[in-house]
Amino acid sequence: MRTLYDKIWEAHLVRQKEGEPALLYIDLHLIHEVTSPQAFEGLRINSRKLRRPELTFATVDHAIPTIGRDLPFNDPIAWKQVETLRQNCRDFGVRLYDMDRKEQGIVHVFGPEQGLTQPGFTVVCGDSHTSTHGAFGALAFGIGTSEVEHVFATQTLPQTKAKNLLINVKGELPFGVTAKDLILAIINKIGTSGGTGYVIEYAGDAIKGLSMEGRMTVCNMTIEGGARAGLIAPDETTFTYLKGRKFAPEGDGWEKAVEYWRTLPTDKGAAFDRTVEIDASSLAPFVTWGTSPEMSAMITDRVPDAPPPGRDPHSFSKALEYMGLEPSQPIQQIAIDRAFIGSCTNSRIEDLREAASVAKGHKVAGSVSAMVVPGSMKIKEQAEAEGLAEIFTNAGFEWRDAGCSMCLAMNEDVLSEGERCASTSNRNFEGRQGRGGRTHLVSPSMAAAAAIAGHFVDVRNWEFRN
Amino acid sequence: MRPFDRHTGKAVAIDLANIDTDQIIPKQFLKRIERTGYGQFLFNDWRFNSDGSIQEDFPLNDPAYSEASILITGANFGCGSSREHAPWSILDHGFRAVIAPSFADIFHNNSLKNGLLPITLPDDVVDRLIDSSKQPGGLEISIDLEEQSVKGKDVDEKFEISAFAKFSLLNGLDDIGLTLQHEVDIERFERNSVSLYRFSTF
Repeated sequence: MRTLYDKIWEAHLVRQKEGEPALLYIDLHLIHEVTSPQAFEGLRINSRKLRRPELTFATVDHAIPTIGRDLPFNDPIAWKQVETLRQNCRDFGVRLYDMDRKEQGIVHVFGPEQGLTQPGFTVVCGDSHTSTHGAFGALAFGIGTSEVEHVFATQTLPQTKAKNLLINVKGELPFGVTAKDLILAIINKIGTSGGTGYVIEYAGDAIKGLSMEGRMTVCNMTIEGGARAGLIAPDETTFTYLKGRKFAPEGDGWEKAVEYWRTLPTDKGAAFDRTVEIDASSLAPFVTWGTSPEMSAMITDRVPDAPPPGRDPHSFSKALEYMGLEPSQPIQQIAIDRAFIGSCTNSRIEDLREAASVAKGHKVAGSVSAMVVPGSMKIKEQAEAEGLAEIFTNAGFEWRDAGCSMCLAMNEDVLSEGERCASTSNRNFEGRQGRGGRTHLVSPSMAAAAAIAGHFVDVRNWEFRN
Repeated sequence: MRPFDRHTGKAVAIDLANIDTDQIIPKQFLKRIERTGYGQFLFNDWRFNSDGSIQEDFPLNDPAYSEASILITGANFGCGSSREHAPWSILDHGFRAVIAPSFADIFHNNSLKNGLLPITLPDDVVDRLIDSSKQPGGLEISIDLEEQSVKGKDVDEKFEISAFAKFSLLNGLDDIGLTLQHEVDIERFERNSVSLYRFSTF
């Protein structure tokens, strides 16, 4: 009896020898401008080529502007990095989905959207949020630049098998509580290093009930709980999402693929090294108050007055000081300056629909500046066709082009010192969205509601104007 | 990769858990296309104020630790982004090893591939090392990878490391060369196994 992780692992074993890491075959390698240049350089120095260039796909997302793209970049170093990727893709025969393509987008939005990410695959990318692709029942994890070079040259990676952690989410998510709140709750429970050394499988009724977008949100933030990969068993929801996408199997291949994919879910009775139970029905919308994704509270709660048991006391007091918050302050009294809806965690069409349903008929508070950055140009187009863009702009949100934007603030979308942001992204680290910036992680609907109210509010009590 | 066998050096402690790679090297320094020269940006936002002046109370700015080559920190060091710029900047700044109660997986991997030795020791041992490093005169530590030992004042500890990582570090071997020796296995896998799970061509 094997877990989903065991099955994918075994199907990809190229070589295994006692005392050495296993050699694992890689089916899909996604690259972007920031973590690839040194890997290409390494190939050049050693006169190596890409072993299987057709299994590598490139897009630009991290450092590119989300506005004024027809103009030269204001940042010459970022421009050089993008130009370097272009040259490398030409030299080594890699398909690049550049800024002029409608497929361009955040690498973890792009891959699934194009049908590249498929159940049972191994997927890697030089980005820790590669865990996103686990939503399809693919073993997907972030790698460093040396490993990027290794995959380029060999289409394999030496890996040591992780342990199996099952997170079983029973019950149903209540109204107003989303996949984002669920993963924040999970990280709150296990801690930011709770999953270190494990691959997590998410299961249970609440997970089965999620759309692919919601599943991607959950798997995306797996790395914030310390695990490199999170998996969800493929099912009808997965197949429906994939069918007809550009690189998905077709015709006879589709039938065979589905037949194979149905064999992947964890066998009944397979053993996990550890199991964590969560009751979805007990959850409320979550807001982070600190500088680690584990530092979060429900919207009805307060900032804690002491570090939770087992958590580092130095980090606790440093976090409160950095965030400019008082112990016991009610979360709903925290006023914001900025709102950011986007990132590989929450920039898909369903996220935008969720935020738009809150924003419709309202106006962003005068004290807040808010922006929506779709995950891909395809999503941008779809959101415009569905009238979501108009809802956002009417409400006073800026409507941008696709990219990572203010999730990591490598481009010009940056918080100023002391600014406080309701953000749908994945990391509230010190300075993540700009030096001295204060990030509160929330769901898209909570971010939209905070932008309108000017402070955090409980979206379960929202006045929807449809 | 620069080999690692033995190293003796002064230790400096940053006594915080969950130090993420955004702190180790903030994103504004990730736009360069080189592998070198990142040491000047290590812990930039903790070492320097926004106006570029030095933050006096940050340990790395204390002249007593200017020669430090061993970094001691709290648990889960290197969490967050997979940027290999993190170990590059630590090495380029002059560190050869990091000692902590635990490391984030990706950072741990990235370090091993660059000749930066991540050493995991129990909490109480790390606490003692941190205390000793703060005493006048500081703390000198000797690391022997072959023996898997860490020695210093009042400390004589063994650490765990996989036999494979140890061998690669001792010999300064890079993985790609090793893997390419198994090209026959990769070809066999591509011929026989890929069609069992892949049903579309890209």
